[in-house]
Amino acid sequence: MKQYITRRVGYSLLSLFLLSLTIFLFVRVTGDPTTLLLEPGASEEDIVNMRHQFGLDQPLWVQYGLFVKSFLTGDFGNSFYYRSPVVDLYFERLPNSLLLASVAMVLSLLIGIPSGVLAAVRVGGFWDSAGKVFTLLGLSLPSFFIGLVLILFFTVYLGWLPSSGAGTAAHLIMPAFTLGWYFAAAHMRLTRSSMLEVLGSEYVKLARLKGLPEAMVIGKHAFKNALIPVITLAGINLVVMINVAVVVETVFAWPGIGRLLYEGISFRDFPVVQAVVVIGGSMIIVVNLLVDILYALIDPRIRLES
Amino acid sequence: MAVTSPTVTPPTVASRASFKWLEGFPTIPVLILLTIAFVALFAELLAPYDPQVGTLSLRYRPPFWQTGGSMAHLLGTDHVGRDELSRLIFGARVSMIVGITAVMVAGTIGTVLGILSGYLGGWVDQVIMRIADAWLALPALTFAIFLAAIVGPSEFNIVIILGAVYWTRYARVIRGEVLSLKQREFVRLAVVAGCPKHVIMWRHILPNVINSAVVLGTLMLGVVIVTEAALSFLGVGVPPPKPAWGLMMSDGKQGLMVGHWWLTVLPGLCIMLMVLSANLLGDWLRVKLDPQLRQL
Amino acid sequence: MSQPLLSLEGVSTHYVSQQGTRVVRAVDDVTLSLGAGETLGIVGESGSGKSTLALTLMRLLPPAARIVSGRMMFEGEDLLTKSDGEMRQVRGKRIAMILQDPMASLNPLFSIGNQVGEPIRVHEHASSSSAWQRAVRLLKSVRIASPETRVSQFPHEMSGGMRQRIVGAIGISCEPRLLIADEPTTSLDLTIQAQYLNLLRDLQREHGLALIFITHNLGIVAKMCDQLAVMYAGRMVEHGPVSRIFSAPAHPYTKALLGSIPRMADGGERLTAIDGQPPDLANLPPGCAFAPRCPAVTTRCRAEAPPQFTLEPGRGARCWLAEPLSMRSSAA
Repeated sequence: MKQYITRRVGYSLLSLFLLSLTIFLFVRVTGDPTTLLLEPGASEEDIVNMRHQFGLDQPLWVQYGLFVKSFLTGDFGNSFYYRSPVVDLYFERLPNSLLLASVAMVLSLLIGIPSGVLAAVRVGGFWDSAGKVFTLLGLSLPSFFIGLVLILFFTVYLGWLPSSGAGTAAHLIMPAFTLGWYFAAAHMRLTRSSMLEVLGSEYVKLARLKGLPEAMVIGKHAFKNALIPVITLAGINLVVMINVAVVVETVFAWPGIGRLLYEGISFRDFPVVQAVVVIGGSMIIVVNLLVDILYALIDPRIRLES
Repeated sequence: MAVTSPTVTPPTVASRASFKWLEGFPTIPVLILLTIAFVALFAELLAPYDPQVGTLSLRYRPPFWQTGGSMAHLLGTDHVGRDELSRLIFGARVSMIVGITAVMVAGTIGTVLGILSGYLGGWVDQVIMRIADAWLALPALTFAIFLAAIVGPSEFNIVIILGAVYWTRYARVIRGEVLSLKQREFVRLAVVAGCPKHVIMWRHILPNVINSAVVLGTLMLGVVIVTEAALSFLGVGVPPPKPAWGLMMSDGKQGLMVGHWWLTVLPGLCIMLMVLSANLLGDWLRVKLDPQLRQL
Repeated sequence: MSQPLLSLEGVSTHYVSQQGTRVVRAVDDVTLSLGAGETLGIVGESGSGKSTLALTLMRLLPPAARIVSGRMMFEGEDLLTKSDGEMRQVRGKRIAMILQDPMASLNPLFSIGNQVGEPIRVHEHASSSSAWQRAVRLLKSVRIASPETRVSQFPHEMSGGMRQRIVGAIGISCEPRLLIADEPTTSLDLTIQAQYLNLLRDLQREHGLALIFITHNLGIVAKMCDQLAVMYAGRMVEHGPVSRIFSAPAHPYTKALLGSIPRMADGGERLTAIDGQPPDLANLPPGCAFAPRCPAVTTRCRAEAPPQFTLEPGRGARCWLAEPLSMRSSAA
C-alpha cells in the first residue's frame, strides 16, 4: 500500500517535472521569451530587467530552476492587459469556472447515467441504438456549434435565455448544457460498458439465482457496482471541464478560466496563457493522483497487493 | 487475383466472402467524405466567386430561399459580402489539408516513437512514455492553444501543433501492439537469425502496425478537424481571410444575434458532417481491421 | 414408488445465432429423474452441456438460448409452464444453485449478513432484523467461526474457503428441496475442497436436500453421489447408480472417462487419454456424436444416432453396444 502510493506520487512528480520542462523548453526554444512575456513596445530597460530576472544570461538549467521557483512561489508574472498579477486574475475567475463545471457535471450525469443503464439493460434493443446515436453525436459535435445553435434558438428566435454573461441561473443554462453535452455522451458510454460488465458478473448471476426481482438485481446489485468507475471518471472530468471550457466560455462570454485564456490569446497576454496551462495541467495530474490513491484506499485488491 | 466485372461473374465463394467483409460498410459517410474531398480538390472550378473578396454593398444576404436572397449567392453572403458557398467550398480544402496532414504528422511521430518505445524498451521506453503521460495530462485543446500562442497562427503551424499534441495517442496504442508482436514467432526468428534491430523494426514490426495506425488515423481525423476548427474559432488557427470553417463560424457569431443564422449553422453543419463521417468510417474500420482496438 | 422430486423428460436447450442460421444443441433430449434427498452427479467435458442443463433447470439462460422442448416436473409442477414471476418464487426458495466461482459470487459492496439474509427477506418477507438473525444462524451452520462478527463484515475480508461456505449458506437460506452445485470446488485447494464436500453432505442430511453435483471430477462423484449422469455433446450418454456404472460402464465414453482417472495402484501405467476433440455442437455428425472418437465404433454408429436403451430400472445408455443388454428400447 505504502509502496503503491509512493510509486504513484513519484510518477506524478515526474509528470509535473516533464510538463514544466516541456513548457519551459517550448517557450525558450521558439525564441526570446522576453518578446512573449513583455508587452509590445516595452522599453529597453524593461527588457534588460526581464532578461536579468529570468537569468537569460545564465545556463539553461539555471533558467529552468528560476522558472520552476517562480511557479512554486505562485509568481506567474503580471498580465499586460489587466496590469495585475496573473494569480489574482486566476483565482478571481476560478469560482465562475467551478460553478459552470459543477452544473455541467450534474447535467451530464443526469443524462448519461440513466441512459447508459437503459442501454445496458436493453442491450441490442431500441434504447441501445438510440444511445449509440446519442454518444456518436455527443462525441462528434463541436461544442461551439452546439452553443451557437442554442443561442440561435433560445435567444434569437424564442428570446427565452440570455446569450452571454453571468449572474443569474438563466445565464447558466445554455453554457452548462453545451459543456455537459460531450461529457454526457462520455458518461453514458462508460455507464453502459461498466453496467454490461457488472451484469455479466457472478454476483449478479447469484442475485438472479436467489430469485430476487429484476428491479432489485439491477438497482441494488448491478447499479451500485457499475457506478464506481463512472463516479471516478466524473471526478477527473470535473477538473478537465474547468480546463476545456475555453470554447464554451468564449461563445457565452462566461467569465471563467477559459474566458481568461481566450482573452490571453486575443490580447497577446502570454503570462496569462502560460499560467492557465501550467495550473490546469498540474491540477489534472494532482487529481489523477488523488483518484488513484482513493481507489487504493477503497479497493481491497490493491490494498492487499503490497 | 483475376478481377472481372462483378456484374458478369457468378457469385463465387471468394466474392461472397468479400461481401461479408463489407458487411455494415458505412456507405453514406464514405460518400460524404469523398464529396468533401472532391469539392476540396476542384474548389477553383466549383466555387462561383473568389472566397476572399467580397462586395460590402452585398453584405448579409440570406440564402436564396429566404426573402432577400437571390440565385446569385445561393447560400448568401457574410459580413463583408463574400459568397458563403464559395467560402464553404474553399473551407473544405482547408479542413481536408490540415486534417489529413496533421493526422499524418501525428501518426508518423507517434508510430515511430511507439515502435522505438515498445521494441527497445528500457530507458528509451521510460522516457518516451513518461513524456507521453505528461503531455496527455494537458487537455489537447489547451495545449494546442498554448503552442499556437507561442508560434503564432498559420496553416503550417497548425499542422505542426496538432501533430505535437496528438502523437501521444498513437504512441501508446502502437507501443502496446509492438509489445505483443515482440513475442511472436517471426520476430523471434528474426532476432535469432541475427537481424539488426533497425531492420527488424522497419521490416517486421512496422508493416504489422500499419493497420492499427490507419484505423487510429481515421478515428483521429475527426478529433483533429474539430480541434482545428476550435483553434480557428478562437482566432489562433488558420488566419483570416482564409476560409476555414471554424473561422467562418467565429465571424458569423456577430451576425447571429440579428438572425443571420446561415453564417454559423452552415459551416457548423459541414464540420459536423465531416467529423461524423470520419468517426463512422473509423469505427467500422476498427471492427473490421483490428479486433485488438475494439476496446478503444 | 412415490413420485420423484424432479424429473426431466426430453429437455432440449438450443443456442440460436442472431441470424438464426447456426443452432447449437447445447442440451439435447435429456431425460432423468431424482428422488428427494438423493444426490446426482453430472459429469462431462467442458462444453458438454452440463452447466447449460443446470441453468435450464433454473430457467436463467442467456438471451440467445431457448428451451425448445421437454417437460421439467418439480414437486408435481412443470417448471417450463411457469411465468417468469412464478419462476422467481421457485429460484432461491425451492431450488437453489451455487456457482463455480466463490470469489466472484459475492457482491463486494454489501455485508455478508445483507447478502445471506436477502433471499429470506424477499421470499419470506422477513424483517431485516429477523433475516439478520437467520443469517447469523446460517453462518454457524456452515461452520464459520464467530458468525456474530463475520456477519457484518464484507466479502474481501474473507478467505476463499469461507466465501464458498457463505455461498453455500445463501443456497440453503430458504430451506430449498433441491440444491444445484456447479463445480463448486474447482477454485479451492484440496484440503478446503474436502472440508467443503463434507459440509455439503452434512447439510444434505440435516435438511433432507436433494443435490445435483456438476463436476468433471469422478473422484468427487464416487465420494458424494448416489446417481450419475454422463453428458457428451449435449446428450446424456449414460446414467444410473454410481456403483453400477463404476463397476460396469456401458458406454465407451464412460469407460474412457473412468480409464482416465489416475490410480495410485497403477504405478507407472499411462493415463488413458481420449483421442480427438469433442465435436462442434452446431455441426454434429449424423450418427452417434461420440463415433469419431469411439474405440468400438461400427458403421451403424456413424449412420444412425442410438436411442436411449434401458439396461435395468433407473439405468440407461445411448449406445448401440448396449442394445443387446437392454430390457426394451425406450425409443418410439
